[in-house]
Amino acid sequence: MRFRPTEDQRALRRGVRELLEARCGRDALRARGARIDRALWRELGRAGFFSLRLPEAEGGAGLGLPEAALVFEEAGRVLLPGPLVATHLAAGSVPGAADGTAVVTRVDGGLVPWLEEADVVLGDASGAVPVRSVDPLTPLHRVASGPPGGPEPQAVPPSAVLLTAAEQLGSAGRTLATAVRYAKEREQFGRPIGAFQAVKHLCAGMLVRTELARAAVYAAAVTADPVEIAGAKLLADEAAVQGAGDCLQVHGGMGFTWEAEVHLHLKRAWVRAELGQPAARSEEVLAAAL
Amino acid sequence: MDLACTEEEEAFRAGLRHWLSTALPALPPRPPPGDWPARRAHDRAWQRALYDAGYAGVHWDASPTRRLIFLEETEEAGAPYVGANFVGLLHAGPTIAAEGTPEQRARWLPPILRGDEIWCQGFSEPDAGSDLASLRTRAVRDGDAYVVTGAKVWTSHAEIADWCELLVRTDPEAPRHRGISWLAMPMDAPGVTVRPLRTLAGSTEFAEVFLDEVRVPAANRVGEENDGWRVTMVTLSFERGTAFAGEVVACRRTLAALARTARENGRWDDTVLRRRLGRLNAEFRALWRLVQFNVAEAEATGGVPGAGGSVFKLRYSEARRELYDTAAAVLGPDALDLSRGWTIDRLSSLSYTIAAGTSQIQRNIVAERILGLPKER
Ligand SMILES: Cc1cc2nc3c(=O)[nH]c(=O)nc-3n(C[C@H](O)[C@H](O)[C@H](O)COP(=O)(O)OP(=O)(O)OC[C@H]3O[C@@H](n4cnc5c(N)ncnc54)[C@H](O)[C@@H]3O)c2cc1C
Repeated sequence: MRFRPTEDQRALRRGVRELLEARCGRDALRARGARIDRALWRELGRAGFFSLRLPEAEGGAGLGLPEAALVFEEAGRVLLPGPLVATHLAAGSVPGAADGTAVVTRVDGGLVPWLEEADVVLGDASGAVPVRSVDPLTPLHRVASGPPGGPEPQAVPPSAVLLTAAEQLGSAGRTLATAVRYAKEREQFGRPIGAFQAVKHLCAGMLVRTELARAAVYAAAVTADPVEIAGAKLLADEAAVQGAGDCLQVHGGMGFTWEAEVHLHLKRAWVRAELGQPAARSEEVLAAAL
Repeated sequence: MDLACTEEEEAFRAGLRHWLSTALPALPPRPPPGDWPARRAHDRAWQRALYDAGYAGVHWDASPTRRLIFLEETEEAGAPYVGANFVGLLHAGPTIAAEGTPEQRARWLPPILRGDEIWCQGFSEPDAGSDLASLRTRAVRDGDAYVVTGAKVWTSHAEIADWCELLVRTDPEAPRHRGISWLAMPMDAPGVTVRPLRTLAGSTEFAEVFLDEVRVPAANRVGEENDGWRVTMVTLSFERGTAFAGEVVACRRTLAALARTARENGRWDDTVLRRRLGRLNAEFRALWRLVQFNVAEAEATGGVPGAGGSVFKLRYSEARRELYDTAAAVLGPDALDLSRGWTIDRLSSLSYTIAAGTSQIQRNIVAERILGLPKER
């Protein structure tokens, strides 16, 4: 059983992490706001972020969904903004997507993220109206969606669902690490708060959800099975949304500030949970497979 | 990152599958839970069949991947799990294999593998549960034997066991963890009294074991005197590692049966219930992937299952309870009928967050050993 990232995959992950950490520091992220940094987008293109899965003959790296999942996990960890999944998926079909000279977005359920910043919009965005987005780093538009409970008219492909789940996984890992670090530093009653069992058990719960989501996301990346992908999305959404909420709780009053990073993770996790197959649809897919 | 098995592993799977298809039809039906002599005979016969076919030692010497294939295929085929052989195969055996002398290994391991001898685990005491290191059962050296006095509790399979892996205090003056020794105690020794305890499911799965000046040969001590705590930790990591992995496969079969029943009785049309079943599908698929991930980790690092087992156990024990609560929602009023198998299973599922270390203790382990948070004391 070789169900662990290989040496090459770990090297890829390290490289992406270094690149993103240099570019997505806290201040850079906030200064940019809901705008796409075109220079960074092209740099991502040069680094192969979008063309990763294209054949080498077409200028890609010829890699697969597992590698893409690892890369998107890193993107989620640092809150990298922009329609990353849509542009990545368009690399083989929309000119400029592969090398990061074009920004591609997609109508996803009843939402269109980054509509005004995008060069190309996939799907029917006619009549889209702007939303005051809950996530300050993700502009959103609404389009009319189908009847409630009916089939999603503008559903996204399974690989997009999987990569969105991978971003959620990265976010869950980050909020866990942030909570644990704070729990070791912050002292009350003369002890690090992480010595208190109530705090300890919150953190343990975060780890359990994250590790279960990791196994689900990595396995779904290997099998590319739509049912397994639905399960990965469901569990990664849970890990990201609840993880951010628990991280906030561990930070006390500090967690409720605009200043702290945790609200950005929570809000992005809410957005991603709605994109690329929300929980109710994932559950229906999984139920139908029983 | 890959889920494929090697050719040899696939050959192992194919051979096992073929053998199961011939061996299982010959197996007599499972005896009722209350008939202990019959259960003992049944579980021994199955272990003997595994032995004759060359599969008895899979839990000990096969690679983690083969162990997983074994669990997957036997569960998939509906074969019995370890049953009364649990402690011998998954606790005492591995401990003796790792820590015993050549004579001890020769004495105890072959009968475990053949299914000849049944073991039980005498760790917990009335005043030492989660805080196992506070155990008080005393063992005083007298010539070439220990004289053991005390009480053990929640001892599973004690009624039918031949041997007990027993934790005793050999040095009451030493710091708690350093005065404990590990003994193999024959259950028919004079002074051993077993009083079965009835569980909430109605049957007597575990017992109280009273020890009144029981003489246990010193040669039955595994590991050094007063080093029993370390010896025990070896055993516990086996228990939390892959001991429950096969049950995930069984849970997935139960889930499929639940969905069938819900479609038949109309409850499938209840959106909330249907989605709950869908979520459980995600849960048990992912738990199986987590097992595979942990196995790959163990294989790569060459170690015994580590704290990753606690992560798995935490989530699995909760998922199992949710599975049978959902079964009750599917059954409706029939969930109150004890002649429904799922009703008994629902009751049994309540032990999973307690046995083999409670969920609270597992969370402490995860927080302190994996996340490095400060110790409580
Ligand atoms: C079905 C079953 C089979 C078993 N089989 C065996 C067997 O064969 N051999 C054997 O030796 N034992 C066996 N056990 C015993 C099992 O290991 C213990 O029940 C378990 O370790 C808990 O100990 P306890 O029952 O004394 O509960 P306690 O330790 O008294 O715990 C009571 C409650 O307090 C909580 N608690 C305790 N300490 C802490 C802490 N530090 N932090 C937070 N919460 C805490 C616990 O989580 C629990 O909720 C079995 C138990 C069951 C249910």
